[in-house]
Amino acid sequence: MTPHRWRNFVNGLMFGLTAACALATVCFLFWILGFLIWNGGRSLNLAFFTHLPKPPGETGGGMANAIIGSAQIVLIASLIGLPIGFLGGIYLAEFGSGAFPFFVRYTADLLNGVPSIVMGLFAYAIVVRPMHHFSAFAGSVALSVILIPTTIRTTEQFLRAVPQTLREGALALGANKWRAIATVVVPAAVRGVATGMILGIARIAGESAPLLFTSLGNDYWSTSLSQPTSALPLMIYKYAISPYADWHRQAWAAGLVLLALMLLLNVGARLVLSPGAPRN
Amino acid sequence: MMGTLQHSTAAGPPAPNPGATAPGRVEPKLKISRLNFFYGAFQALHHVELEIAANRITALIGPSGCGKSTFLRVLNRMHETVRGARVSGEVLLDNEDALAMDVSRLRRRVGMVFQKPNPFPKSIFDNVAYGLRVNGLKGSAHLKEAVEHSLRRAALWDEVKDKLHKSAYDLSGGQQQRLCIARGLAVDPEVLLLDEPSSALDPIATAKIEELVFHLKENCTIVIVTHNMQQAARIADDTGFFLLGKLIEFDKTETIFKNPAKKETEDYITGRFG
Amino acid sequence: MAETVALLEPQTEEDFRPAFLDRLRNGDEVAHLVTLIFAAAILVIAALLVTELFGSSAEARHKFGWHFFFTSKWDPVAGQFGALPFIYGTVVTSAVALLISVPLGVGAAIFLSELAPPRISDSLTFIIELLAAVPSVIYGVLAMFALVPLLRDPIQPFLNRTLGFLPIFQGPSYGVGFLAAGVILAIMVVPFVISISRESLLAVPNEQREAALAVGATRWESTWQVVVPYARLGIIGSVFLALARALGETMAVTMVIGNTPQIVKSLFATGYTIPAVIANEFTEATEDLHLSALVELGLVLFLLTIIINGFARLMVLATTRRGTTHP
Ligand SMILES: Nc1ncnc2c1ncn2[C@@H]1O[C@H](COP(=O)(O)OP(=O)(O)OP(=O)(O)O)[C@@H](O)[C@H]1O
Ligand SMILES: [Mg+2]
Repeated sequence: MTPHRWRNFVNGLMFGLTAACALATVCFLFWILGFLIWNGGRSLNLAFFTHLPKPPGETGGGMANAIIGSAQIVLIASLIGLPIGFLGGIYLAEFGSGAFPFFVRYTADLLNGVPSIVMGLFAYAIVVRPMHHFSAFAGSVALSVILIPTTIRTTEQFLRAVPQTLREGALALGANKWRAIATVVVPAAVRGVATGMILGIARIAGESAPLLFTSLGNDYWSTSLSQPTSALPLMIYKYAISPYADWHRQAWAAGLVLLALMLLLNVGARLVLSPGAPRN
Repeated sequence: MMGTLQHSTAAGPPAPNPGATAPGRVEPKLKISRLNFFYGAFQALHHVELEIAANRITALIGPSGCGKSTFLRVLNRMHETVRGARVSGEVLLDNEDALAMDVSRLRRRVGMVFQKPNPFPKSIFDNVAYGLRVNGLKGSAHLKEAVEHSLRRAALWDEVKDKLHKSAYDLSGGQQQRLCIARGLAVDPEVLLLDEPSSALDPIATAKIEELVFHLKENCTIVIVTHNMQQAARIADDTGFFLLGKLIEFDKTETIFKNPAKKETEDYITGRFG
Repeated sequence: MAETVALLEPQTEEDFRPAFLDRLRNGDEVAHLVTLIFAAAILVIAALLVTELFGSSAEARHKFGWHFFFTSKWDPVAGQFGALPFIYGTVVTSAVALLISVPLGVGAAIFLSELAPPRISDSLTFIIELLAAVPSVIYGVLAMFALVPLLRDPIQPFLNRTLGFLPIFQGPSYGVGFLAAGVILAIMVVPFVISISRESLLAVPNEQREAALAVGATRWESTWQVVVPYARLGIIGSVFLALARALGETMAVTMVIGNTPQIVKSLFATGYTIPAVIANEFTEATEDLHLSALVELGLVLFLLTIIINGFARLMVLATTRRGTTHP
């Protein structure tokens, strides 16, 4: 081969190889989807959503308590985490200058990378141990600690994307700073901020490691936030590692439900809420 | 609150004001003395002294980077949004210390229109009503009336009266800029600062803005920064020439363009630099 | 000029800073203060996290000292706690994960940012972002029921037949073990490698590409010889971020590693990792020393990920910065 043709050959070859890498990665998602739809879809029925779990060995039953439990835990976690993250993000984008915000930002980034199981240990130490029992609330605290750093950073990012000229426009009309933020800057960024929040909620809704020793899980209806409470990811884990075929089928069904929820939130947040917003 | 305002719709070619007194003779609307301005360690304005007369149009010209925008922003203290910006000297608005008064009150009295139209991502109506709401005006009848009045003053009413609740982003660039002017006028400012308001617009939109600005001076003192010397010559009563952060010369527009006192001004006017 | 500034400064400060009370009244100071408190919450959390982890692991740290990291006997009944098998398992599974995910991820990132037509690139990127959102317990389910059977039958015996002379591909094939954990980890972290690498590649200024193409380089040559080296810090950063993810990943690994604290060369063997042992034993631990040893493992994990992430962030920052300051 002439050098020229050789170079073109390499060019084409590497195009093919890198394309194969990208396609292989994409295939993983379809593999997961295919597996869960094929196996989980067949095991999914109304009882799954409406019944309590059956004792080990018995077939049937559902995960109604875990679905409600997940909703409960995630709701409380969001109520704690989103306001803190949102207001902190406003500080970073609008008020902060100098070393302190840099420090906050860097800490948030580092906390973002801390394994979620460590956040579970943390919530155990500050909630479960003082209260002497596992509880939905402890699970919420663990999840909120995961939610805060991501919310603070995405809020900051989207507020920063609001053009400076809008802030000036508001200030020039005699609005003071917080008024300009509340009536112009935040509304201009609201889609992006909301997208970030929804993605954050989706992320914590899928977490199981931080719940293992905080909300612990159970097989019945929890009546209060101070009781151990089950969550969908916890049930998937428990059922998948069990030796019972019927539980495996339910784990697949639960996996399908969780994944569907996850994809819905993600696709919804990205496509519907903010068609043009920068993704991260 | 708007009822007392005289509203003139008479369109006429902008012409030099024959009875114009030289700047500084009558009680000035704005009196700037010993003004120095710093961005951190960089001094952007050097000892600027200037008196801006009421109900006249004052144009500020000069090459890029000479401090025109900086000067303009000091007049309603928009420079305070810039980190590390510091100012010294005196700015008097009707003999009141503008640099010490409550900043919201100052900005209500001294409005500003920016180079690039910056409508809020809200409806046309809410854009114009913004300043009124911020300043505590309530009651929808009042608001409606004031919004219509401002849009009329900005010569935009006829174009938007049927889509007041559509997004301001649906307007053209020139319309957006007039909307921003209407928004600024809604709070009935005594002074309106315009920083190259038509530099992002096409010639037709520019002409509309010029005509509009020309009529506004009946109720309002106008300070306009422009890159465009023809624009200054067409609409301004007085003109100031800035160079490297210094106010080189300030006089009646006619004098500046026909008979400048300083060599630098003449060089600039005749296009020898900048 | 500097002197003038110094002379003017005190005067300006005094003259024109509105009184604190004025600003308080108009609400800006209040808003500033309130948001600052919430931002500071991050620092409080971080400080609490560190003190709790150090405090709750004090007993084990004092009892075992550095030996904790170099002994391999983990016997809760006898009160013996050596972390070596868990450290080994964590390192091996993460290494396998990186060996697979880095070439795959960087290759995909190059394709997406440099070579693919924009529309294809956009949709593939979107799907890959979804992959990053799949919960880890679902990866665990997939690994247990789809990956492990595959490894047990065709794949591991095949590796043994072809590369069996290497000690890492010897021994019986259970399916579960280091390899299974490593492979599922690789799939889990590959979206992170792709998204960060892609960002760094996209931050490379266009003139760089054009300069190479203008002297007759092929698309691939300009990419490999100019664009990739330019973005290398960000790409390395993405590898570190992926490593930090892999180290701390709990559920999927716990489900397929076999959970046996042993140090064995073969990738087909079962093992244990730090997050997995915390997940499995923390609720069952009754002895304080046992709990304390588990928290110490958590502390190790925390410090490792903090250090790795700290490095990675700086690197990614360095490239994307460089890209944007020279547009
Ligand atoms: N935020 C800032 N920080 C530091 N320096 C600045 C800042 N804004 C402007 N400057 C500098 O101050 C000087 C004056 O800038 P200014 O924007 O007032 O000029 P201008 O006359 O309005 O120019 P143009 O005609 O281009 O708008 C310039 O040298 C500019 O680089
Ligand atoms: Mg300017």
